[in-house]
Amino acid sequence: MSANVNQNACVVIVGAGHAGGSVAAFLRQYGHEGRIVLIGDEPLLPYQRPPLSKAWLKGEADADSLSLKPADWYAENNVMLRLGGVAERINRSDKTVTLASGEVIPYDFLVLATGARARELPIPGSDLAGVLALRTAADAEQLKNALGPDKRLAVVGGGYVGLEAAASARALGSHAMVIERESRVLARVACETLSHFFQDYHGKHGVAFELNAGVAAFEGRDGHVTGVRFADGRVVACDVALVGVGAVPNDELAKDAGLSTVNGVVVDLEARTDDPSIFAIGDVTHRPLPLYDRQFRLESVPNALEQAKQAASAILGRPGPPPETPWFWSDQYDLKLQIAGLPFDADRQVVRGDVAAAKFAVFHLKGDLVQAVEAVNAPPEFMAGKQLIAKRTPVDANKLADPSVSMKEVAA
Amino acid sequence: MAKITYIQHDGAEQVIDVKPGLTVMEGAVKNNVPGIDADCGGACACATCHVYVDEAWLDKTGDKSAMEESMLDFAENVEPNSRLSCQIKVSDALDGLIVRLPESQH
Repeated sequence: MSANVNQNACVVIVGAGHAGGSVAAFLRQYGHEGRIVLIGDEPLLPYQRPPLSKAWLKGEADADSLSLKPADWYAENNVMLRLGGVAERINRSDKTVTLASGEVIPYDFLVLATGARARELPIPGSDLAGVLALRTAADAEQLKNALGPDKRLAVVGGGYVGLEAAASARALGSHAMVIERESRVLARVACETLSHFFQDYHGKHGVAFELNAGVAAFEGRDGHVTGVRFADGRVVACDVALVGVGAVPNDELAKDAGLSTVNGVVVDLEARTDDPSIFAIGDVTHRPLPLYDRQFRLESVPNALEQAKQAASAILGRPGPPPETPWFWSDQYDLKLQIAGLPFDADRQVVRGDVAAAKFAVFHLKGDLVQAVEAVNAPPEFMAGKQLIAKRTPVDANKLADPSVSMKEVAA
Repeated sequence: MAKITYIQHDGAEQVIDVKPGLTVMEGAVKNNVPGIDADCGGACACATCHVYVDEAWLDKTGDKSAMEESMLDFAENVEPNSRLSCQIKVSDALDGLIVRLPESQH
């Protein structure tokens, strides 16, 4: 019934996160009938990570709602699971994967969806109980258990994970302090207008900030964290510390197998590595961004889904999915932040709307082309901006800056 | 359980028992109904869970929030009965609901 090639090929997926779970689902949806083996080092079925720092942390979502597919989906769709399985080695010459358990699994196609891990701080006290990262459901469970009324959370790193966790901690009645090495939060991932806006908003909700602050050590007693010591010697007390200083790709397996890696596994627009039988998808990849004429590593669900579709399509010889504009979202308090594109090569910013009213967007232009838009409680700006980025349609910056001109008209 | 009928653009139908409390989007995604992508997992951030609610059910599915309204405003092939299915909570009152899916979510 299907014209798919490789319909009966054996596909082995290493990594059972959002990307790994999705590529299995897309393969079946596209008519693949061969063996699929899904290997994940966590003991859990594929689940969504974004809610871990948001709805889940606040107790507004449960394990069921986090899961990508119900448990019986895998058996019904003949997806063999190796949960708690650690892939130790790829043997490219005989096309097998060796697990730490000793099991050797043969593949026709291999999909690496190994994701990224939280970057660690190489400072004294990092191994104390109560010094946490937030990447997995187990991490989130630990953090959730440590929060509650009047608990003191110290967040090291003012990125999205840290700010979302601080907002959730406040909602749970905990105190929160965000410690950032740079002079502003979100320094690597957002423009200054946004940084200042978010810091202000968090401040109004009772979050304390220490900027330009180096962290020298975590202090502890009886093996449990009791505080954060700054480089200048001051100590701030805490009951729990969250380290959110970025992520590093889990690309060692690929590197050891001789695949090309540059801050992630290098892939093409079919998500294929330099071995035609091996694909890589999601946070672990260093992928082409045709819109910006460069290779980059993205950490986002839409990216994982796009590449899962690319890999499943390429394996089955189907046309690939339409190109996606990179996009991201974050929920903090009553703020919905939606970002489309990346501000590469932008030469000016246009602010539209009212920052003080928490309803605005910052457009990043390169000449008269929109490279990126950061929208706070401004869905029309996000949606229209995303389309403008994809279509490379020139815009009139004066109209863009004028909220009395609708986004439909700006984008027309 | 509420029975929800999802009708694909090509006319193919699936009837799914959905647990009250889940959303119409989750009822589809968790039961392998294709055609609802829900890239953001229900955060009302992406407009890839667009459905057309059967006219007879429009009253019972409630009103759109301002956020949903403005997301839909920029989606493709929007009709007056368009909704984002992540914003429709399933309850016993929706037993029998019929939704139709657009040709594409992207």
